[in-house]
Amino acid sequence: MSDFREVSIEELRHLVSDRALTGETMLLNMGPQHPSTHGVLRLLLELDGEIIINCIPDIGYLHTGIEKNMEAKTYMKAEVMVDRLDYLNPLGNNLVYCLAVEKLCEIDVPVRAEVLRVILAELTRINSHLVWLGTSALDLAAMSTFLYTMREREMILDIFEMCSGQRMMTTYIRPGGLWRDVPVEFEAAVRKFIDLLPTRIDEYESLLTKNELFLERTKGIGVINGEDCTRYAVGGPIGRASGVKYDLRKNRPYSGYEKYDFNIPTREEGDIFARYSVRVEEMREFGPVRSNNRKFVPPPRSEIGVSMEALIHHFKLWTEGFSAPQGYVYSAIESPRGELGVFLESDGGPKPYRVHYRTPSFANLQIMPLLSKAHFVADVVGIIGSIDIVLGDTDR
Amino acid sequence: MLETLQPAVAALQAEFGAEVLEFRDEVTLVVKPVHNVEALMALRDRFGFDFLIDVTAVDYWPEDKPRFHVVYQLLSMKNNSLLLRVRVPLDGSGPNVRTSETVWPSANWYEREVFDMFGIRFEGHSDMRRIIMPYEWEGHPLRKDYPLGYEEVEFTFNYEEINLRKPHPKM
Repeated sequence: MSDFREVSIEELRHLVSDRALTGETMLLNMGPQHPSTHGVLRLLLELDGEIIINCIPDIGYLHTGIEKNMEAKTYMKAEVMVDRLDYLNPLGNNLVYCLAVEKLCEIDVPVRAEVLRVILAELTRINSHLVWLGTSALDLAAMSTFLYTMREREMILDIFEMCSGQRMMTTYIRPGGLWRDVPVEFEAAVRKFIDLLPTRIDEYESLLTKNELFLERTKGIGVINGEDCTRYAVGGPIGRASGVKYDLRKNRPYSGYEKYDFNIPTREEGDIFARYSVRVEEMREFGPVRSNNRKFVPPPRSEIGVSMEALIHHFKLWTEGFSAPQGYVYSAIESPRGELGVFLESDGGPKPYRVHYRTPSFANLQIMPLLSKAHFVADVVGIIGSIDIVLGDTDR
Repeated sequence: MLETLQPAVAALQAEFGAEVLEFRDEVTLVVKPVHNVEALMALRDRFGFDFLIDVTAVDYWPEDKPRFHVVYQLLSMKNNSLLLRVRVPLDGSGPNVRTSETVWPSANWYEREVFDMFGIRFEGHSDMRRIIMPYEWEGHPLRKDYPLGYEEVEFTFNYEEINLRKPHPKM
């Protein structure tokens, strides 16, 4: 690190209009310390009055060098870091990393572990959507939703704590299965939660869905069409709100998602409200776990007991670490924000040679200039909220 | 290899001399840097790879030929979720390769990240600035010759002192 250097307007010349040079339009920094940028996102806005001409996102304020650090750790130790990427989706990060390692080493996962993984991944999705709903409604001045969603999120965090002893950074899903079996109270707690959730979602919706103020701020704002979504590699709820019916759980199933029956909510409008309703409906779906009660019940523990292979894997992975065969794989899951992928390369040693996280927030944030053009400054807040970024995920 | 993938693979083999690698049912095509844009364009237009999932790179230092591989991860949404990977080997420690931004606009940020982290320049890119590291940062952190860890935290008062014994990354 040498001396600090001011970035001149000349360097951003290709990103702003000619009028910015003469001072006719104003350049305004929004963030990185701004309560509604959901972390440390900095937006450089070029404004004509209150209308946005250009929006230049600047990221990297939360860069933690996780990819570099993982190269220096064994496969098991490296996993602890991935929780910190997308801190609203820690189990999803674990899951995708484990899928990549399992693919690389050709490890089979016990059925019980796979079912539990799906349940936990879905709980994490709800967890993430609850935080999104609370915070993005808060940005649009709907304060009380935030308090209610945090209340329900607490129940999910309690379930995570029950399983792993940790509320957020669980590292519960491990290559080859799970850290350990879930406690006996797990099933009752999850059932209680999924019975309660639909009524609670009704409550949120009664605060927002027909709220004139909310509709005014969300309908027809930040519109993107499906074609642009594909071109800009935007997936997840944003894509589905624009009519791109693509969900990895259906289209490229992993961890046995193909066995479950659930719907993928889609909308055509592609505005903030469409993204809102896709996510809310997705919470209602709570797909796999709700669809069929019998499938929710994991196979008995005895299966792990009799499968020597599962047991040995578990033990070895823990005590020694392992060397993965040389090669590279890509595996992906549907995170609450879109396609979360891991590119994992091994040189045959006990440490990953290169880990790259393809994070949905990074890809999705790229459409920010597209969405915010010709809107008011106040709408930027709603648009950021509707993209549902997590800066830990963006900057890695 | 999946049958649906074969026409694309065969065409790239014939036209661009691509090398085909298979590992764990994933197909990788190794394409020479002179053909990278044409090969990607052909995959998009003729074989329906409409979605660029990711662009990243791998450093094979101390090897020099090739030192880097740029990795493109492609997806065909309309064609039954086909996945294909294209790798482009690059020689030397300050390589250039043509941008794929013209093929998929989403490559913009991915390539900026690769430039930031590996120092691979993308010719014809519309906005080749650092994206994650600070503007004034020296070196490219994900290169293998970039030191990791056990470094003191730099402040203005101890910068000179640390700078003397710090193993400097090669530019």
